[in-house]
Amino acid sequence: MASTADALAAAGRPPKARPIKPRLGRDDLIMRGFMAVIALYLVIAIALPLYAMLSKSFSTYSFDLTAYEFQVSDEVGNFDAPPVSAAALNDELQAVSPEDLSTSSDGRLPATSFFPDFSFRSPVMYKIRGTSADAVYLVGTERFSGTEWREVDSNNFRRVMLRPARDIGFANYVTYFSTPALFQSIENSIFISALSTIITVTLAFGFAYALSRSCMRLKGFFRLVALAPILVPSLLPGIGLVYLFGNQGMIKELLLGESIYGPIGIVIGSVFFTFPHAMIIITTALAISDARLYEAAECLKASRWKIFWTVTVPGARYGLISAAFVVFNLVITDFGLPKVIGGQYNMLAVDIYKQVIGQQNFEMGAVVSVVLLMPALVAFAVDRQVQKKQVALLSARSVPYQPKPNRRFDWLAFGYCGLIAVFIVGLLAVCQYAALIKFWPYDLSLSLKNYAFDLMDGGGWDSYYNSIQMALLTAVAGTAVVFVGAYMVEKTKGFETGRSLFQLLAMLPMAIPGMVLGLAYIFFFNEPANPLNFIYGTMAILVICTVTHFYTVSHLTAVTALKQMDREFESVAASLKQPFYKLFRVVTVPVCLPTILDISIYLFVNAMTTVSAVIFLYSPTTTLASVAVLNMNDAGDIAPAAAMGMMIFYTNAGARLIHLAVSKGVLKRTQAWRFR
Amino acid sequence: MSSYLRIRNLFKNFGDFTALKDISLDIEDGEFVCFLGPSGCGKTTLLRAIAGLDLQSYGSVEQAGRDISDLPVTQRDFGIVFQSYALFPNLTIERNIAFGLENLGKSKAEVGARVTELLDLVNLADQRKKYPAQLSGGQQQRIALARAIATSPGLLLLDEPLSALDAKVRVHLRHQIKELQRKLGVTTIMVTHDQEEALAMADRIVVMNHGVIEQVGTPTEIYREPRSLFVADFIGETNQIHSTVTEPGCLALGRARLRGQTGELAPGQKVVATIRPEDIVPHEPAFREAEDSDSLLEVTVDEMEFLGSFWRSRLTGAALDSEVLYADFSINAVRRLSIDEGKSLTIELPPSRLIAFAAAGSAGETHGEHG
Ligand SMILES: Nc1ncnc2c1ncn2[C@@H]1O[C@H](COP(=O)(O)OP(=O)(O)O)[C@@H](O)[C@H]1O
Ligand SMILES: [Mg+2]
Repeated sequence: MASTADALAAAGRPPKARPIKPRLGRDDLIMRGFMAVIALYLVIAIALPLYAMLSKSFSTYSFDLTAYEFQVSDEVGNFDAPPVSAAALNDELQAVSPEDLSTSSDGRLPATSFFPDFSFRSPVMYKIRGTSADAVYLVGTERFSGTEWREVDSNNFRRVMLRPARDIGFANYVTYFSTPALFQSIENSIFISALSTIITVTLAFGFAYALSRSCMRLKGFFRLVALAPILVPSLLPGIGLVYLFGNQGMIKELLLGESIYGPIGIVIGSVFFTFPHAMIIITTALAISDARLYEAAECLKASRWKIFWTVTVPGARYGLISAAFVVFNLVITDFGLPKVIGGQYNMLAVDIYKQVIGQQNFEMGAVVSVVLLMPALVAFAVDRQVQKKQVALLSARSVPYQPKPNRRFDWLAFGYCGLIAVFIVGLLAVCQYAALIKFWPYDLSLSLKNYAFDLMDGGGWDSYYNSIQMALLTAVAGTAVVFVGAYMVEKTKGFETGRSLFQLLAMLPMAIPGMVLGLAYIFFFNEPANPLNFIYGTMAILVICTVTHFYTVSHLTAVTALKQMDREFESVAASLKQPFYKLFRVVTVPVCLPTILDISIYLFVNAMTTVSAVIFLYSPTTTLASVAVLNMNDAGDIAPAAAMGMMIFYTNAGARLIHLAVSKGVLKRTQAWRFR
Repeated sequence: MSSYLRIRNLFKNFGDFTALKDISLDIEDGEFVCFLGPSGCGKTTLLRAIAGLDLQSYGSVEQAGRDISDLPVTQRDFGIVFQSYALFPNLTIERNIAFGLENLGKSKAEVGARVTELLDLVNLADQRKKYPAQLSGGQQQRIALARAIATSPGLLLLDEPLSALDAKVRVHLRHQIKELQRKLGVTTIMVTHDQEEALAMADRIVVMNHGVIEQVGTPTEIYREPRSLFVADFIGETNQIHSTVTEPGCLALGRARLRGQTGELAPGQKVVATIRPEDIVPHEPAFREAEDSDSLLEVTVDEMEFLGSFWRSRLTGAALDSEVLYADFSINAVRRLSIDEGKSLTIELPPSRLIAFAAAGSAGETHGEHG
């Protein structure tokens, strides 16, 4: 008898008992509700648009001439002749060639093509019908379908347009890969990204090494300078390079006759704008390497060179790998820089723009987007794996390294960092200088005429104010959504499936290039049948797109901060019968305030500088500063473009200063508890 | 009359792993109960199931006659103190304590008065404006306690409340907590892996191992009458000697035949005989008492170690074969019998204190040197 009870106990269940199902309290329901709402936001803001784009890339459109029949009357309106199909007419007349039958989703084929002797003044009447229910045609702007005969007079018959039928298949991809001009971009993009990655990571590693391992002076200054490129749009270095090395460049002789428009320009500019990202990651990796290893190596009288290769580099390997993939991803998905300085050199991100804006070929734009998604997804996946490993490393480490003075090495480090600083400050200074002179290179007198943005294409000063409004909205709404979402997913009890689904949705945006996101938004939100269609062309869609684009990093920041909170706070509050939102308001938010401010400044700065995510989505009333830089540059107003770019720089620098001051003030006032 | 807390056939599974197996337990109103067991045996899991923080997979929990098996935390009636204390770092001590009092329809003055009362109760009246980080560990612990009892819950749950503190503070706080509990009369469950703590504080102890309850009893019951080898070994210290049951009440121990508690063990069964070092009574060499001769052993003192209030002695002897016994002799006895290393000695193993357990099962766990 005892043995059966034991067997049941071993099975982990009692005889004939039902498992306990939790009865959900009010808090549980509210929390799940919040999570569901934010998950729904992510579904609408990323999953559905991506799906729309994917399905678009597999859609082909062609006119199906067998689907339409016509009947023509005599002069007095008697329909004696038999009905005849459009296909038969075309076989006879060869009016439309087979190539012209394939078209885009917007394609329209005039019915009159099949009636060479058509005259809109003739008394002849026409009848048209589809042979299947799916055949669609327009009369003027009115849309008809179905197999019923419709009679139109000749004046209206010239306004009858056949509409293409949609087909699912790989045809677009076949076209893409059989057009060398298009798939050449894949090679170009990978080549440029790989080259920029090698250069950036090498330079940034040297810089981070100097910062963490030397006793040189001005470390704080160098760090600040190295972070400056984050504050400008990626296309600004391109403008600086044009002034330095362009056809009338200040020092174009240095290029020995090579053109800056093309790979050289893209690579130099990419190094500029990705440098801070690599530097931050590698500095972190170096900071966590263990001092004890260095002491051991020094005790063994190992040379600095040997220590470097046997201790430093292996210790920072995850940082280096992570930095490489981040830089690769940034370069391959960047649109602004190759647009400004790429010349005839085709890159994937620019191809999307050209297909969509230049040729209105949305399907091909979707195909290029899917192609661009591939390397980005791989880079993203590898980076995530490496990040996990590094976290494991971090917790095991302890004693931070304290460098010792060494005159020769310190001066070497100083010289190296000085050169990098000159490169970064120099490029920004050139932009500012170009913005302030009248007309390079003919009239070098100072003037503010380049700031008269209202006289140029691109939206004028309004675009600057729009940008600030957009960035503020993004910072406020984005931080709220991200932090509340992270809180719910971290602190909701049970509900495992829902939570992992949410985590997945939250990680997705990082893998999606801005151009792809923007294009996906066109497909999804511009669809007339979408009830959310009304936000198309408004400030709201720009804010939603930008929040989504930068969701992942913000989410991870918030999750990290929340993980550091005692996980029993919620239990204590519940045992005291206090609702979770009181705890959230009174404890969670105040304790996490520094993180919340960090997330909002991150969103603000990125909203000010982003081009790729919003280039397809702005409307005449919602032009943005970063887009204005691009458009003014396109229109040949390069100096005003530089001026606007520098306005973004100063605005972001100012925002960072305010952030710093507010953070300090807040810390002092509300975080007294941090100090004993 | 039914008990205050009734747990019936409670199971908890984490995936394939069964953390709690068929737990049934009654706790009376006003009782102080300790869950005692080695780390990982499921004490916290059981406490959290009672609190509703991590619901059990099967089984029922009744509190004060109400079935609370599947109720959310907010609808239960308990206060809780965690190992980490989980004090809100950005709120002052008084706001921490007032946290649960704020939406009960009380006026500010009433809340303030209650906070003062609670601060007096834990002797921290002068700290009310400070932040948790400004207090010592022991003070933080008492604040957490004050916060947990602020709303006068019917049940107080403490998860290793003392284990983060250093030894001296721990002993001091033991008394404070116990006294507070007695004063309030609140039914209390405390989780601990420290047997000394459990023995000192509990009205009753629930000894757990591998997700099952090994024994429930008062500290003296648990200590004097362990019902499994695990309990005998885990609580206090005990000698473990491999032996065989010869007939009911009789054990073959080495070459010796001794009387002991064999319970329902069958003759011929291999068993482990246990006796606590302090239960071994020393006599002069060649001491004989007619009726008790089958509790006596001739041994030699191998080694003696002075442990303050007694001598821990290592005993061997021909009758023991290769087995070793440890005995604690009072300073008095050592002086009276001139016990010394190398000397011979007769020891008495009182039959009521020599307890045999089946050798199988949990016997694989903890054999080892004592002392
Ligand atoms: N959330 C969980 N998921 C899986 N296993 C768990 C979880 N919580 C506890 N366990 C396991 O259940 C067992 C009992 O844990 P616990 O109740 O915390 O032990 P303790 O007696 O030390 O308090 C342990 O083996 C532990 O690993
Ligand atoms: Mg525990």
